[in-house]
Amino acid sequence: MMIGANAFSVRKLLGLLLYLLFVLLPIYWLVMMSFKTNEEILGQLTLWPAQFTFDNYVTIFTDPSWYMGYVNSMIYVVMNTLITLVVALPAAYAFSRYKFVGDKHLFFWLLSNRMAPPAVFLLPFFQLYSSVGLFDTHLAVALAHCLFSIPLAVWILEGFMSGVPKEIDETAYIDGYSFGHFFVKVFVPMIRSGIGVTAFFSFMFSWVELLLARTLTSVDAKPISAIMTRTVGAAGIDWGLLAAAGVLTIIPGILVIWFVRNHVAKGFALGRV
Amino acid sequence: MALQLFDLDLRIDQVDYLAKINLEFTPGAFNVLLGRTLAGKTSLMRVIAGLEQPSNGKVMLHGKDITALPVQKRNVSMVYQQFINYPHMTVWENIASPLKLNRVKPDEIKRRVEQTAELLQISPYLQRLPLELSGGQQQRCAMARALVKDAQIILFDEPLVNLDYKLRESLRIELKQITQQRDSIVIYSTTEAHEALALGGQTTLLHEGKVLQSGPALEQFHYPVDLNAADLYHEPPLNRLAVGKALVCAEHINLSGLAGDKLLANGDSIIAVRPDQVSLHPLDKESMQIEADIDLAEISASETYLHVSFDYREFGRLNWVLHLNGIHTFSNQKKLSLFVPISKLFVFDPQGKALRVPSQVNHDIEGVV
Repeated sequence: MMIGANAFSVRKLLGLLLYLLFVLLPIYWLVMMSFKTNEEILGQLTLWPAQFTFDNYVTIFTDPSWYMGYVNSMIYVVMNTLITLVVALPAAYAFSRYKFVGDKHLFFWLLSNRMAPPAVFLLPFFQLYSSVGLFDTHLAVALAHCLFSIPLAVWILEGFMSGVPKEIDETAYIDGYSFGHFFVKVFVPMIRSGIGVTAFFSFMFSWVELLLARTLTSVDAKPISAIMTRTVGAAGIDWGLLAAAGVLTIIPGILVIWFVRNHVAKGFALGRV
Repeated sequence: MALQLFDLDLRIDQVDYLAKINLEFTPGAFNVLLGRTLAGKTSLMRVIAGLEQPSNGKVMLHGKDITALPVQKRNVSMVYQQFINYPHMTVWENIASPLKLNRVKPDEIKRRVEQTAELLQISPYLQRLPLELSGGQQQRCAMARALVKDAQIILFDEPLVNLDYKLRESLRIELKQITQQRDSIVIYSTTEAHEALALGGQTTLLHEGKVLQSGPALEQFHYPVDLNAADLYHEPPLNRLAVGKALVCAEHINLSGLAGDKLLANGDSIIAVRPDQVSLHPLDKESMQIEADIDLAEISASETYLHVSFDYREFGRLNWVLHLNGIHTFSNQKKLSLFVPISKLFVFDPQGKALRVPSQVNHDIEGVV
C-alpha cells in the first residue's frame, strides 16, 4: 500500500516537473539568448552560452533610445494605476453603498467596456488626442488604458467593499468621523488587499498592452514594447539585444507580483477576481 | 430633560417602517424596546442616532430639536447585533477612536480607555486585533467603544443575540450595572420577553412599526393591551380559541364553564391561555375541557413543549403548544384531555383588544384593562 502511494506520488512529481519544464523553457531560452552573441544564436543550438556576454544589456542601459522606453512605459503605467485607483475607489464605493436609478445597468455597462478589443478604440483615441495635443504624451497612453483598467478596478473593488458591513460606516459616523476622514482612515485600510489586487491588475494590463501604447506615441513617450517591435535594422534582427530587452521587461512584473503576493492571494480568496 | 419623539414616521420606498411614534426616554432609566424581528426596533434606533431621516415628526433632546442634526454631531453611541469593530485597529485603538476624534488629550484618552477596558474586562487584550478575540470579547470591545465617550444617548441594538447563553446572562447583568451609573439615556432592544423582564426597565412594545404599549415590563406582562402585546411576552405564543355569543360545546370541547360569563355573552371574542397554564389533570376550579391529539413532545432539560391539535368549528384545526414543567413522555399515547382553568383565561375582542386578563379574574370578574 505504502509503496503504491509512493509510486503514485513519484509519477505525480514527474508529471509536474515535466509541466514546469515545458512552461519555463521559453523563459529559460530567453534568458540564455540574452547572454549570447547573435552569431551563436543563429549558428548552433546551445543550451548554455558558449561565449557569455553582457553586451546586450550594456547596449540597453547606455543607449537612451532603449532605456527611455522603459522610463516611458514606467511613467504611463504608474500614472494609469494612480488614476485608476483615484477614480475607481469612489465609484466602487457608490456602487456598493448606494442605490440609484440604473445602478445595476451602469455597473454592467462599465464591465462591458472591457469586452471590446482595444483596436476598436484606436482610431477615436488617435484622432481625439491628436486634435487636443495629447498625442505622444504619457498622459495619452495612461488615459487610454484607463478605459480598460477602470471598469475592472471598479468591479474588483466593489466586491471587496461589499464585503465590509455597512454598520462599520455607520459606527464610524457615530464615533464622529466625517465621510472623507472615515474613507481614508478607516475604509481604505480595511480593503487594502482589494486595492493591492486592483493596482496589480491595472499595472499589468498597462505594462503589457502594446497596440494603444504604440499608436498613441511616436518619439517622446514611446514605450519599450513598441521599441522592441521596431528593432529590425539593416543588419537584420538583433536577437541578443531583443532577448535582453525581453528579460528586462519581465522583471517589473515579477517585482510587482512579489510585493503584492500576499494581498493578491488574499484578494483572490476574498474578492471577485 | 429627556429624549422625546413626536409623531415619528419612517417610510422608505413605499414601505412603512415606523408609524406615528410618540415616545419619551428619560436619562438614568433603562429603556427597553421589545418587539419581534421587523417590528421597527432597529429603524427607531437609527432615527434616534441620526442614521436615518424620519419622513415625518420630530426628535427632541433636552428640549432641542435635533431631527436635522447630522449623526456626527449628535453625541450618541450604538452597539449592533453583529460585532462591529474596526478590523485593522487594535482593541486599544478601537476604544480610543471616538475620543481621538473629539480631541481629548492623550493622557486623558489613556486613562479612559484603560478604565473602560477594566470595566468590560478586556484589559488583557488591548493590543490585539478584534478578530483575534472571541465573540464575547469582540462585543465587549464594541461596547467599550460605545461607553468610553460620554454619549448622551447609548443605543444597544440586540447586542447579546449572537452570544452564547451563559455569556448573555452575565453580560446583561453587567450592562445594566454599568449603565446605571451614568446619566445617559440608555435604550436597549431585544426580541426576548425574558430579557425585558430581567432588565426590568421602562419597556416599549413595538409591533409592525407601531408602539403597542409603554411602561414597566412586569406590568405589561400582567396587563397587555392586546393580543400582540400579550404574544410578545410569551414564547410559544398564547393558545387561542375564538368563541361566539352562543358557546358551542362539541363532543371533544366542553365550554360549559364559560357559560355564565357576562363578558363572553356580549358577542364574538377570542379567549386565550398562556402555554404554561394548561393542565393535563382535572381541576377543582371551573375549567373548560378539550380533547386533543398529540402531535409532538419536545423535551428540553427540565421542561416539555407539547404540541397538540384539535378541530374547532369553522376554524378548522387549531394547534396549541403547552409548556409543561418536568419531563413528560407520551410515547404510546395519541390523545389526551386538556383542562384550562377559567380564571386563567385572557379575553380579547375580535380586533385583539384585551378585555380581561387572568390575574384580575379572581378579584374583579368584570375587569377591563
